[in-house]
Amino acid sequence: MSNVSAADVATQAAALAGNTQGYWSGVIRKLARDKVAMTCLGIILLLIAAAILAPWLGLADPYRGAIARRLRGICWLDGTLDCAAVSTPWGPHIYWLGGDEQGRDMLARLIHGGRLSLFIGLLPVLNAFVIGSLLGIVAGYRGGTVNTMIMRTIDVFYAFPSVLLAIAISGALGAGILNSIVSLTIVFIPPIARVAESVTTQVRSLDFVDAARASGAGAFTIIRVHVLNNVLGPIFVFATSLISVSMILASGLSFLGLGTKPPEPEWGLMLNTLRTAIYQQPLVAALPGAMIFMVSICFNLLSDGLRSAMDVRT
Amino acid sequence: MSAPSAAAVAAPESSAQTTPPLLSVRGLVKHFPITGGILGRKVGTVQAVDGVDFDIAKGETLGVVGESGCGKSTTARLVMHLIQPDAGDLRVEGRTIGLNLTLRELRRGVQMVFQDSFASLNPRLTIQDSIAFGPKVYGTPEREALARAHDLLEKVGLDPMSFGRRYPHELSGGQRQRVNIARALALQPKLLLLDEAVSALDKSVEAQVLNLLVDLKAQFDLTYMFISHDLNVVQYMSDRVMVMYLGRVAEIGPVEIIYGGARHPYTRALLSAMPSMDPAKRTMEAPLAGDPPNPIDPPSGCRFHTRCPFAEVVCSTRVPDLLRQPETAQHAVACHMADASSGHSRAGSGT
Amino acid sequence: MNSPLVDIRDLRVKFSGQRTVHALNGVDIALSPGESLGILGESGSGKSVTLKAMLRLLPPRRTTVAGSIAVDGQDVLAMNADTLADYRGKTVSMIFQEPALALDPVYTLGHQIAESVIRHEGCDRATARQRALDMFERVRIPSPARRLDAYPHEMSGGMRQRAMIALALACRPKVLLADEPTTALDATVQIQILLLLRELQREMGMAMIFVTHDMGVAVEVSDRIAVMYGGRIVESGGVADVIKSPSHPYTRGLLASTVHGAMRGTRLEAIAGAPPSLATAPTGCSFAPRCRLATPACEGAVPPMVGVGPAHVARCIAVAPAAA
Repeated sequence: MSNVSAADVATQAAALAGNTQGYWSGVIRKLARDKVAMTCLGIILLLIAAAILAPWLGLADPYRGAIARRLRGICWLDGTLDCAAVSTPWGPHIYWLGGDEQGRDMLARLIHGGRLSLFIGLLPVLNAFVIGSLLGIVAGYRGGTVNTMIMRTIDVFYAFPSVLLAIAISGALGAGILNSIVSLTIVFIPPIARVAESVTTQVRSLDFVDAARASGAGAFTIIRVHVLNNVLGPIFVFATSLISVSMILASGLSFLGLGTKPPEPEWGLMLNTLRTAIYQQPLVAALPGAMIFMVSICFNLLSDGLRSAMDVRT
Repeated sequence: MSAPSAAAVAAPESSAQTTPPLLSVRGLVKHFPITGGILGRKVGTVQAVDGVDFDIAKGETLGVVGESGCGKSTTARLVMHLIQPDAGDLRVEGRTIGLNLTLRELRRGVQMVFQDSFASLNPRLTIQDSIAFGPKVYGTPEREALARAHDLLEKVGLDPMSFGRRYPHELSGGQRQRVNIARALALQPKLLLLDEAVSALDKSVEAQVLNLLVDLKAQFDLTYMFISHDLNVVQYMSDRVMVMYLGRVAEIGPVEIIYGGARHPYTRALLSAMPSMDPAKRTMEAPLAGDPPNPIDPPSGCRFHTRCPFAEVVCSTRVPDLLRQPETAQHAVACHMADASSGHSRAGSGT
Repeated sequence: MNSPLVDIRDLRVKFSGQRTVHALNGVDIALSPGESLGILGESGSGKSVTLKAMLRLLPPRRTTVAGSIAVDGQDVLAMNADTLADYRGKTVSMIFQEPALALDPVYTLGHQIAESVIRHEGCDRATARQRALDMFERVRIPSPARRLDAYPHEMSGGMRQRAMIALALACRPKVLLADEPTTALDATVQIQILLLLRELQREMGMAMIFVTHDMGVAVEVSDRIAVMYGGRIVESGGVADVIKSPSHPYTRGLLASTVHGAMRGTRLEAIAGAPPSLATAPTGCSFAPRCRLATPACEGAVPPMVGVGPAHVARCIAVAPAAA
């Protein structure tokens, strides 16, 4: 017992070195070493910051159009244009990323559009994360009849494809930002609850939960101390992977006229209104799509990085 | 189970009617329903524990042996009330659970160590937090609970300064099992249920942990219920041994009698199935043929009669009572051959 | 004695990947036809890796194998995919700890055995099925004809292990590798399987390598025992020699810490410490950090095998060689 092997000494030294490190700081340390995830995180933070600070960035008014400048190309890509200020009703202006079908500045609209697009992409997932985790953890921890009731109810929502469900609920509630957030929340609760239920059931069956019960702890304490910190991670990772889906669905709803209303700048809606210009200005028309694509892929890669960083064994 | 069998297994202390045994179990029953179909209809029952009686006296070690499906682990979980028993009477120091003993009090006095050292520790908690969790549940202040965790780590042979803040995956199997033992001791229990606690460890590490268990027992004045499939380890650790077969007690008695003069044919088969350690005396014939029957549909009468070389008609029709043997009061056997009035042709012949 | 059936020389296996493990660090095994070798070791000693290397079952991308393995005159490490497929099952066959995982759950047992026979011997289906039935009788599965049409999950653990033995032996291999085949079984079933293996091995005249962590199991089935530690064989000899007069301190420690009834009331002589991590190849004796007899010389160089008796060798510089 008093004898300590070489391997022990090594792990001991490692433990002493990282003595004050908690689990989450370890995760952050591992994530910080993941270049792809960090690049994605950087892009996402940049976009969020730009969206929040949009009014103070000195951009053009995203609502004011200049009919004479409609569908202007991207000056530094289009050889027939030069990147000099052109005259508009509000004064001379440079269209760095071209203009839309009403001659509004695309750069301003894309950055302002991020406010709504990111908001209705993130908020439903956040809501669903809270509600879905709650349902799933309760179902998984209690098991039995409670589980059957919750999970069978959730299965009903599973019967419909998520896009169809979102359209149906939005259609029933009527167009509008709030309604599309509500409908998307409802769409995302079932998958999150199901993941939460399955990881909770798994954790519930492990001996340390029994050991905690044997210590005389009540269900609430056990969930707080022993279940939450083992299940929230996996659920969170799953939820981040849904953000991209949420953004695409939200854009889709706006595209169909069920979400944001014109002239509000929002990427999905912009994609819709610009689609008629796809032959005249393909690059400008594709810009909102490129934004949606970039943000989705970044959230997906970030969630992948998070998953591997949270694996205790690596 | 019938009443007379209950009295038969009483430990010496209780028969002397001085102090009640530390743990007294009577008629413990647990049947798990097997459900099928989308509606969860009941399609069968696993008779995991079906009428188990035993006592554990303060300070002794009761070994529990048996093959998979015999109900030894379920019995431990029933004692802890991690699973709710269907029937049965459970007393700790004479106080009945649910009557004048609360679940919280029970769990303070009885703790458990599980087989899987990794699964029984929360991977997201440092080991000192895992150990301190129990005391905190009972209202010990954070600082005091941590101090106790450090003290216990030291007691189980792990340096609290270098191990306390580690996570379970940073420890070896033997070290993790030491942590589990420390965690079980954190509530200062009187009885420790060790459910295959050393079975997953390598032999050289197993010996270290067994030594530790012996030391701790003396130091903390503990009582053990030592569950294992390893007959050698049970013999080393136990004062009395209970042999289980398909949810029932086949034989219970002092370790010398179980290993030296067992009367139940299953006990004897189990003992002679142990691989020989002597190359000159290899086992020549398997004591039993076939696998243990499925506890979903256990045989009638004596559950061992399908594999017993001495089975007669009475064995398949009547359940043998767990009867105290006239020679040694502490020795009780559930076999018609050990019951002179059973009508078995070998009854009373002392086979 | 002419050349052995199995001839393994200086086998080294290194796993690379997230972390490097030097699993085998120079293993030599010579096995004659019909001989039964028990490899005894704890987890991480390299005993299972040795068996897997013999069948080339180790993941090739993460594994570096050095040394030589010759079975029945064939160089195993040089085999191409076709030769390897012939060799597996026909020359060398293996049974595993968990038959539920090793058998294919979607085919009946009869079908699986017949398939293997057809592939290796090219006979027709009726003959192959007859062979499967013969094998089921040999491994003493009750009502064999009916059980041939059973799926693995319909059988109990002991019966499944018998079925896996039938599958492994269907093509009359010259060597049977057994990787802890009784560890997951109940005591009364374990002894049945051990006796069955012992009997089949003798009847069919095949060589067997039986890997186990249980001293008693090794004693029951082996003619010779090799004790492994840290990816090397540290002692090998006739079963009686190794058990009755162990020479290597690790073997001694293992015997002393293996609990049996006679030790009641005495303190167990546990080996202190934990097995080596093998992140780097051990340059000296890998047991030295836990050894009571260790001297600085132990860490300096890998100890050579020293003869301590007739056909009994130990890899320790502290043991006295037998008077030659």
